[in-house]
Amino acid sequence: MAVDKELKIELGKQGVFVTTIEELYNWGRRSSIWPMQFGLACCAIEMIATTMARYDLARFGAEVFRPSPRQADLMIISGTVTKKMAPQVVRLYNQMAEPRYVIAMGACAISGGPFKQGYNVLKGIDRYIPVDVHIPGCPPRPEALLQAFMTLQKKIDGQSLTGENRPRHLNADAPGEFPVPVQGEHDLEPPANHLVWPLPVKQGTGNCVQGSEKQ
Amino acid sequence: MKVAETSPGFAFEKAPEAEGWNRPPVIEPDGEGELLEVSMGPHHPSTHGVFRMDVALDGERVIRLKPVFGYLHRNHEQIAETTSYLSMMPYTDRLDYFCSLSNNWAYALAVEKLVGQAVPERAEYIRVILAELTRVQNHASAIGFLIQEMGASGTPLMYAFKEREKILDLFESLTGSRMMCNYMRFGGCRVDTSAAWLEATRKVVAGLPHFIDEYEALLSENEILMARCQGVGVLKPELAVNAGITGPMLRASGVNYDIRRVDHYGIYDRFKFRVPLGEHGDIYDRYMVRVLEMRESIKILEQALKEIPSGPVMDAKAKIRGFRPKPGEAYGRIEAPKGELGFYLISDGGNGPYRFRVRPPSLINLTVLEDMCLGHNVADVVLIFGSVDIVLGEVDR
Amino acid sequence: MKTVEQIKAAIEAAVPGAGVTIVTNPSPSAQHSLLLNPSQAIAVANFLREDEELALDFLSNVTGVDYLDKEVAEKVKVTKQVAKTVDGVEQTIEETVEETRKHLEPGHLEAVYHLFSMRKKHGPVVLRMRTVNRTDKVELPSFTPIWRSAEFQEREIFDLYGIVFAGHPDLRRLLMWPEFKDHPMRKDYVEPDDFEYEPTAHDSVMARAKSHEAAGEQASLSSAEAAR
Repeated sequence: MAVDKELKIELGKQGVFVTTIEELYNWGRRSSIWPMQFGLACCAIEMIATTMARYDLARFGAEVFRPSPRQADLMIISGTVTKKMAPQVVRLYNQMAEPRYVIAMGACAISGGPFKQGYNVLKGIDRYIPVDVHIPGCPPRPEALLQAFMTLQKKIDGQSLTGENRPRHLNADAPGEFPVPVQGEHDLEPPANHLVWPLPVKQGTGNCVQGSEKQ
Repeated sequence: MKVAETSPGFAFEKAPEAEGWNRPPVIEPDGEGELLEVSMGPHHPSTHGVFRMDVALDGERVIRLKPVFGYLHRNHEQIAETTSYLSMMPYTDRLDYFCSLSNNWAYALAVEKLVGQAVPERAEYIRVILAELTRVQNHASAIGFLIQEMGASGTPLMYAFKEREKILDLFESLTGSRMMCNYMRFGGCRVDTSAAWLEATRKVVAGLPHFIDEYEALLSENEILMARCQGVGVLKPELAVNAGITGPMLRASGVNYDIRRVDHYGIYDRFKFRVPLGEHGDIYDRYMVRVLEMRESIKILEQALKEIPSGPVMDAKAKIRGFRPKPGEAYGRIEAPKGELGFYLISDGGNGPYRFRVRPPSLINLTVLEDMCLGHNVADVVLIFGSVDIVLGEVDR
Repeated sequence: MKTVEQIKAAIEAAVPGAGVTIVTNPSPSAQHSLLLNPSQAIAVANFLREDEELALDFLSNVTGVDYLDKEVAEKVKVTKQVAKTVDGVEQTIEETVEETRKHLEPGHLEAVYHLFSMRKKHGPVVLRMRTVNRTDKVELPSFTPIWRSAEFQEREIFDLYGIVFAGHPDLRRLLMWPEFKDHPMRKDYVEPDDFEYEPTAHDSVMARAKSHEAAGEQASLSSAEAAR
């Protein structure tokens, strides 16, 4: 139930500000996304560069990097997640309070990137936790990270507070904790969380396996 | 502060005879309470990435400290064995991601040694210019991070990154990428520089002394910095040599060893520069050596930019397609901003290396972390760790 | 700086029965190495560090190399008695024939050390040590008590190659987690089977993807049930 846009502008000219709770709520959320102070690899340097004078992340209300996951809203997976680090990343994500978001920054965080064939490299963090925005690049430029921020803000703006597609923190049934993988004798156990990252199903008779829609 | 032209530095007395002299000392807790075991990292706001230290504390005092590695172990060495020589070049960018161009150079140097490849004059000059620019931006950021860990949230780092952006702009206009330059090739460089690029570089270099003056005015005589750095984290030169410490950290302990001077790789014998040496080997000396090295780098840059000849940037005999070195091995090393960066290659005649080994200065400089931290307060651990100047991509590879 | 031959002579004069062999390096770098006998290696290393002329006080690089068992084909010239008819008369003549002989060269693990001198500013001197085989006799003496810089690098070799360094003060895995069982840098290491979606899968990736198809159907069925 949105207010008519024309009417809103007209009222605004008269000094009357009309909005809905949903808009106000989403505006508040999207304007103060505090990222976690959490760097993994090369991309972390570009993340730092984004917060510095030239690119100035503060313009998006996101300059407050919190060292504690309890105070953070956003986790920027900035770099290669190794199998040794993956349990810690999932644990940190579990410790963050809802609403929480994840940006997978760079090729490594998305898929393992150039290091995909390494024995200690996790082939994408979305095997264990849900990711909101993926940014390609190796490393992505600071502008790309800003773009990811704006995409995330748009995503938050578009969320409705009720109904089927309401955000996870308003849905009591949504999973709040994600299982932390265990470091086994040869590999992580399990190698992926199939509730977050479903295994592809063969579709049609095409000879390549189709990936199903990621959550 | 001494400079190498006037002082020989550490005199290399005979190493102590006692058994186990190079091991970290055992400190007995003097309190009555229990020891507190703290795991700092791998997610910790001041560990430069995913590094972990298992620290045992007696009150505030550090009794034991064991570093834990591997959280960024990306298997460079394994990937190299499955790929070709040239396709390893972009991977070297990602070792020490602050200094991709010096990593390129070290790898190119090792391969050139393996196949006996010459490098044209102009390419050598470009390599020196890029390596010294890299050194300036690395040292500036390293100091910025060090001061950040002291509690000066942001300001010195902002100064450093302001200057770093200018240098990255130069890298980007030459190589196409800000950080991952992938620029050097076996027998030269990928593309030639333009006159406009050299002009822009001269302009940036001309602005650097002012930046360092400003930086030093902000920091060098700052009371808090002096109080927290002087006499903290002392590293004795005997131990530094024995533990294989290289780079600014070794020279801060007073050992006159700069690979640019020792090996004369590239064309470093043509430039006049001095090697700054510390006297006490504490954090303040490491800070000061880095500042002075930036100043010396500017001198090298000015000379190189003045003398750069025209000519090709790739050796005409350099083989690009079907690059298969004859069986054999080579170890090539350079003075990277963090210390001795070496590449050890074994060829079995195939198109990729049989064995590819990176000698990481960051990892080996951490050998003495425990020795430096023992007996200090836990707040100093962060500072001592910052003064080593590491990058996790290189520590774990 | 002394040549490798001179260093070898100096070592053999100082450490009787050192058993040093020169491994020549045919590449243009000409960094020849000295193969040490592990039982005498500590004495040799001490000599190299203490000797006034060599003064190799700086151990820069330590690394491992894996050599698999390999079949070596050699061409050997053999003299044989061959019966032949020469000018209509049967005779036995001695003839040299080239034969290809195959034999199995057992694999080994190798540790390589690059030494420099900070005092004399020269180097590198390359040392090598080989284990007896790749399975059970993988012990080499540790150089950590002599050069501290070997501490982490030997731990790394122990982790990735599985060479056990006797006399190392703290021999644990360096990079992989402690529960890990394999030595992943060995040439015969097989990675755990891990599904990888690739839009243009082919060859081994394709085969692997196909084997996961059935599992994928199963898992999505069960997850759909769980969602219901």
